[in-house]
Amino acid sequence: MQTINIYLTGVGGQGIGLISEALLRAADHAGLAVNAVDTHGLAQRGGIVVSHLRIGRNLFSPLIADGQADIVIAMERHEALRAVNSAAKDGATLIYYDTIWQPLDVRLDIAAPVGAADIEHLCAKRGIRLIAVDYPALKDVRMQNMVLLSHIDKHGLIAGVKTDHYRQAMHDLMAGRMLKNNLALFESLRQ
Amino acid sequence: MKKMGDMLLRQAAFSEIVMGNTALVRAMIEAGTRVITSYPGSPTPEIASAIQSITPADRPFYFEFSTNEKVATEVAYGASVNGHLSTVFFKSVGLNVAADTFVQLSLMNVIGGMVIILGDDPGANSSQNEQDNRHLACMSYTPVLEPATPDEAYRFYLVAADLSRRRHMPVVLRMTTHVCHAKQKVRFSARQPAAHDDTPRFDPANGPYIPLTAAVFPLKQRALDRLKSVAADAQIDALSTLEEHDHPNRGIITAGMPYLSLKEVLLDVSQPPDILKLAMVYPLPVARIQQFLSTHQEVKILEELDDFLETRIKSIAYDAGLRTRIIGKIDSDDWMGEYTPDKVRAVMHKVWPDMVAAAPPKTPTSPVPDRPAQMCPGCGHRSAFYAIKQALADTDITVADIGCHTLGYMPPYNMGQLLMCMGASTSIAAGLALNNTGRHVVAFLGDSTFFHAGLPGIVNAIFNRHNITLIVMENGTTAMTGHQDHAASGHNFNQATDKIPVRQVLEGLGVKHIFEVDTYQQQQLTEQVNQAVAIEGFSVVIARHPCMLKFTRKQRRRPEFQLRQVAVDQQACNRLHACIEKFACPTFSRDQTGQITINPDLCIGDGSCRQTCPSQAITAPKPV
Repeated sequence: MQTINIYLTGVGGQGIGLISEALLRAADHAGLAVNAVDTHGLAQRGGIVVSHLRIGRNLFSPLIADGQADIVIAMERHEALRAVNSAAKDGATLIYYDTIWQPLDVRLDIAAPVGAADIEHLCAKRGIRLIAVDYPALKDVRMQNMVLLSHIDKHGLIAGVKTDHYRQAMHDLMAGRMLKNNLALFESLRQ
Repeated sequence: MKKMGDMLLRQAAFSEIVMGNTALVRAMIEAGTRVITSYPGSPTPEIASAIQSITPADRPFYFEFSTNEKVATEVAYGASVNGHLSTVFFKSVGLNVAADTFVQLSLMNVIGGMVIILGDDPGANSSQNEQDNRHLACMSYTPVLEPATPDEAYRFYLVAADLSRRRHMPVVLRMTTHVCHAKQKVRFSARQPAAHDDTPRFDPANGPYIPLTAAVFPLKQRALDRLKSVAADAQIDALSTLEEHDHPNRGIITAGMPYLSLKEVLLDVSQPPDILKLAMVYPLPVARIQQFLSTHQEVKILEELDDFLETRIKSIAYDAGLRTRIIGKIDSDDWMGEYTPDKVRAVMHKVWPDMVAAAPPKTPTSPVPDRPAQMCPGCGHRSAFYAIKQALADTDITVADIGCHTLGYMPPYNMGQLLMCMGASTSIAAGLALNNTGRHVVAFLGDSTFFHAGLPGIVNAIFNRHNITLIVMENGTTAMTGHQDHAASGHNFNQATDKIPVRQVLEGLGVKHIFEVDTYQQQQLTEQVNQAVAIEGFSVVIARHPCMLKFTRKQRRRPEFQLRQVAVDQQACNRLHACIEKFACPTFSRDQTGQITINPDLCIGDGSCRQTCPSQAITAPKPV
């Protein structure tokens, strides 16, 4: 079996932990061997959060080497471009939720913000498939991760992982009102 | 929903995907550990989260967050000499706090057994240094086991606990950040719930437990004898692995997480070197290492951080008269950072360029602004720094301490210009105030740190009449590490308890000038700091506001929760940008024309920003 390296990133507070755990469990339900690691030192306080997820039998480190990610999943626009810079293979796939949490230097007018076109340009140059996701009608910001999860499923981005595996993973991780709301969102976006 | 607590208590064997930290808790339960203590610090707090997932009545052990790592170590030691298998866990620099007790432990007969779990942090992911705690363990004659994966964390803990119980000596299980946080499917054994004999078995006859003068030497002799016996322990030796690839002349000795990175780097090498992966990095299995050295012409010692294995292995070779070429650290880069696959590729390429290729050239990139960590929307510390900055001159000196408020050093606040370690701010400030008549000195201190290591510096400031102002940044919790309770919270890990209010402690110590204000009262805080720094002597300002991350999370869980947010009245806004350039809540966004808007993902509707707008253009929070 071929190794699939999945690099997840976003800003602390965006729910990277939950989507990474959901992907990990979905892959496990699909019978795939998985190794993962979250890196989240000070990131909870508005810094960068990164999660590595590796699928395959002949692998050792949970950490993905630079430029070796097959799939990059980003929860925010600046982080999407940063991850393509450091983690994506040429010809990889980038899926990102197109919301913007301006970094400090952008707010202070010291640095230029990243535009959607910057990402399109770099992806085109490097043969990276680009999927930008947005859902302006979303009521609860904490569910952006589930919007992304649903699109990952819809596009069949992770070979071997099927819709039911994602559903099973969500059942593993959530209960009550939270499960109901997230499942409803997940299903509605599959239509 | 899969309940972690149920899983951890399951009687039958099972497999589950778990984090290294979680795997440790199952191991503690299987081993029959009876007392567990800690002080929160990354990368270890998730051990406590796993413990918390078990309902208190079902926990087969006692757990507490103690006031600091030294106290936690002492509580675990006390339990162990009473016959209970105990465990203490904390982060890398926590061992410095615990050191006074830790260095003595090996002299003692810990009859119940005691495992010390260290969360070392190569790469300084969430610490102020990347200290290599193997040195401290060696200084304390304490064996060190080093797992590389969650599966090994589980298995090595069981062996460490057994070894400690058999030989009545402390044993260190040295985790590193990405072993603590790695996730993997682990096969757990069945659990045999033992009937605990809780008879307090402390007996001075098991000692002596008083290491004074001549009594020290038999204790030290015993510690050294125990170390020697551990080096030859068959059960430990079986944990190390020898991978023979029949390389004619090259070998590698390694341990822990760097082993995994090495295996990645060697994946495309047709004739990889033989690899000896050590499970115990102190004391070393001398015979096994001699054997490995004697069968290879060149041996690379691949280890993260310092040259701990290298110097010992070179000494083994010297004593055995071996001529093997031993390759250790080549340059200072080899001493720094985490040994990720990329790092190990760079290290190994320097050693054997014919075998390990350099990293491929970097692909083209586009510029992205940095994203440093920062205080959360609504954080009371933001209001505090905004207000305190207005009371101080640019030449005044501000000293930070450990915690969320450390982030005040960032622009635009630049509050907290020095940082050392837990509780150090007050005493560093005292030193800065000596022979200094022109510049006010202000120290910051969090409330959990106040109890952890802050008190001695405060007592000293009173005792020696230091001329400084201390600002206690009180948010009611240990926020940075995930909202653990502390002595002023009114609740410990297990139950409600008496609060120890910061103010009453200060009054009891005799602090004469105490100010106190909610940090959202920004103007009042500015005035209080103005008054406090003008006082000749020691003054304290308690700058209080509950942690808004904790508060908001709790609010959002209520079914009737209604999110409210502020807005910028574009008619009233004069684009003075105080909100973004002085107050700097991440909720404010600026577009290329200079227009300010609210980020609907981020605003929590606290409204603490409104008073910072000279044009009064920020509207009252409204339901959205």
